[in-house]
Amino acid sequence: MHFDPFVIPFNIGLYFILIYTVVRCITWFRDLSRPDKLRLQRGFFGRAFGQSLKEIFMESLLHRRILKTNLRLGYMHMSLAFGWFLLILFGTIEADIFSQSHLNAPYKAIFFKFFNPTHGQTEFERAYSFMMDFILAFILSGLLLAVLKRFSSRVVGMKKTTRLKLTDKIALTSLWMIFPSRLLAESFTSGVYGTGSFLTGTLGSWLNTFLPSDHLAYVFWWLYSISLGTFFILLPLTRYMHIPIELFLIFMRNSGIKTGDKTGTFSEVQTYSCSSCGICIDKCQLSSSAGINSVQSSYLMKAIRNDDDVFNIAHNCLMCGRCDQSCPVGIELMPIRMIQRREGEGNGDMRTIWRGYFRERQNPALVRVPEEPSFGYLPEKKFRQADVLYFAGCMTHLTPLIKNAMVKIFTAAKENFYFVDEDGGVCCGRPLMLAGQDREARELINYNSEIIWKSGAHTLVTSCPICYKIFKESYHIGAEVLHHTQYIKRLIDDGSLRLNYSHRKVVYHNPCELGRGSGVYNEPLDVLSFVAELQNTQFDGPNSLCCGGSLGNIKIDTVSRNKIAADVTAELTACNPDVLATACPLCKRTLANATDCQVADIAEIVAGEISLIQRKKSRISVLNIRELAEIS
Amino acid sequence: MDKFGFTISKGRQINYDQNDRRIYNYIIENEPSFRNCIACGGCSGSCSAGNFTRFSLRELNILINRGENDLPRTNLKKCMLCGKCTLICPRGVNTRNVVFLAKQAFKRFDSYAF
Repeated sequence: MHFDPFVIPFNIGLYFILIYTVVRCITWFRDLSRPDKLRLQRGFFGRAFGQSLKEIFMESLLHRRILKTNLRLGYMHMSLAFGWFLLILFGTIEADIFSQSHLNAPYKAIFFKFFNPTHGQTEFERAYSFMMDFILAFILSGLLLAVLKRFSSRVVGMKKTTRLKLTDKIALTSLWMIFPSRLLAESFTSGVYGTGSFLTGTLGSWLNTFLPSDHLAYVFWWLYSISLGTFFILLPLTRYMHIPIELFLIFMRNSGIKTGDKTGTFSEVQTYSCSSCGICIDKCQLSSSAGINSVQSSYLMKAIRNDDDVFNIAHNCLMCGRCDQSCPVGIELMPIRMIQRREGEGNGDMRTIWRGYFRERQNPALVRVPEEPSFGYLPEKKFRQADVLYFAGCMTHLTPLIKNAMVKIFTAAKENFYFVDEDGGVCCGRPLMLAGQDREARELINYNSEIIWKSGAHTLVTSCPICYKIFKESYHIGAEVLHHTQYIKRLIDDGSLRLNYSHRKVVYHNPCELGRGSGVYNEPLDVLSFVAELQNTQFDGPNSLCCGGSLGNIKIDTVSRNKIAADVTAELTACNPDVLATACPLCKRTLANATDCQVADIAEIVAGEISLIQRKKSRISVLNIRELAEIS
Repeated sequence: MDKFGFTISKGRQINYDQNDRRIYNYIIENEPSFRNCIACGGCSGSCSAGNFTRFSLRELNILINRGENDLPRTNLKKCMLCGKCTLICPRGVNTRNVVFLAKQAFKRFDSYAF
């Protein structure tokens, strides 16, 4: 037997999805910018190729990153992905070895048992059947977890699971149908012919005792084929599109392509690579503390894919980066959200064609009304020559203890510094940027940049991580940008600042913009352990929590913010520290409102421990050396 | 007489029937906490922009509430969205979103764009 009508749905689905994926990838490739095209070509024929293959095996099949964060969830994903891959691989080999001809059509491998019902008589065939049964059992165990997860996400150790739309549900049902119908189809066929191994053989012979296996087998082969066909045809409209697209993403990423600040192929490929696994939802404090369950990154990706209105979703986010850092697919969630926030970008520039199977980028010309500058009222720039500039930042002006502490530290270290915004300065521009108003932000950036340039300083110290991040990333100034914790660390290291040691127990809250946002993890901890007894928590390093006060979220109300802050302080003060230390004025204010424990900035703690005996600053200038030479 | 030093103030009345309350309603609809404002002026006192120019969220709030949108329309863009007012506000008004929404509302309801 070579053909039966029941394979038609499967064949239609398979060839459709293969052609669709290829066409889609070609259109995406065409949309890439020229440098990105070159990068991808170079990556494809270079070292990145091997790296990508390794990553595809480790992540797309084994799901190593999910396994690391959540074993049960990882097992579920692995059994479905890796199991299915093995089933296809060994099925193809099986069809190749045991059929009459080689290089068979794919349906011959998928429906091997139907076309070779007597297979499984010899010892070798029996061993092979055992392996195939084992793989099927492996997949079915994962499927069982997946079904249970739909009813109670606690089964796989998750607090929440993603909500689905109708097409998702149909695709999900067809996915769930695939493996049980294969099991039953193979079992019935095995039952009739007395073949099959521990799973299909046993089940088949038992079912054969009281059911008309011969007829039922045919029904289930049809069901198996229809579920596969339906799943493949619905694939482009659902989250399961990540299965083929993630491979493309891995190649693109390993070739060195970045998201950038505009919608483009890479950001689109990333939105399609989201499998809605729900790890971002679990990590999100808006979900766990404030009960907001519709704005997490996986929902954003879904809304972008479906061309829904993403405005509220995009803006209702603390931008803490916890999801970005935990995404097992490695999607750059923060940059994608920022693109959606930018005015004139994102929503509305995609046109859906053919019921959503294809999308076309419309690239509408941005209507730029010639506008007057928003901040034309700012006064003439004042500047003073200095070695070190201190930019306190708006939030630091609301927490005067921090800026006073910094002035004390500068003075103790005998630094030639200039306090840029002593009389209330101009905002750094990051809050405007976070609200998607880049043009206005650029005006402020230009204003501040000029002051910094003209002062001729070699170092710019800031107390606010929000300012620190934008100074680092968007300012082009000749000075080195340091957060005050980094600066204090340097002063301690070079001996300019002598400190006493206090025996107070301190817990450190790592601000999002400083830690995950800018990668500054060690300096604050070093400084703290130098002056006090630092206690570790489970939220150290990249796993740190957001205080809830973030300027990134323009939408949530004060009540939600307070709930987040209360939960965070409860977690951090669980070990009863004397001081809850942080390195951000905004975090300080937010946390201080939510706890009875003393909350202090690292600068304050350091300033309180400055030793009265300070070493004299000994800088041997060129002049001094000449003087010495003359004297001698 | 004209050097007397005083003039008669121009007659002025707030006519709620004629004034345009769409901006206010749009803000209230999307940010209900705007209603909680007691016009204490904390926002204006802490304002980074107000340090340099005539910009007061308290004033804008009152004007938008009355539907007198001329000053807010031109003045709103002076805001740097730095968020100090949100931290200061004793009534928990999400002032950043108020400014953000007001800008949007002007864009939506006016032909005037900024």
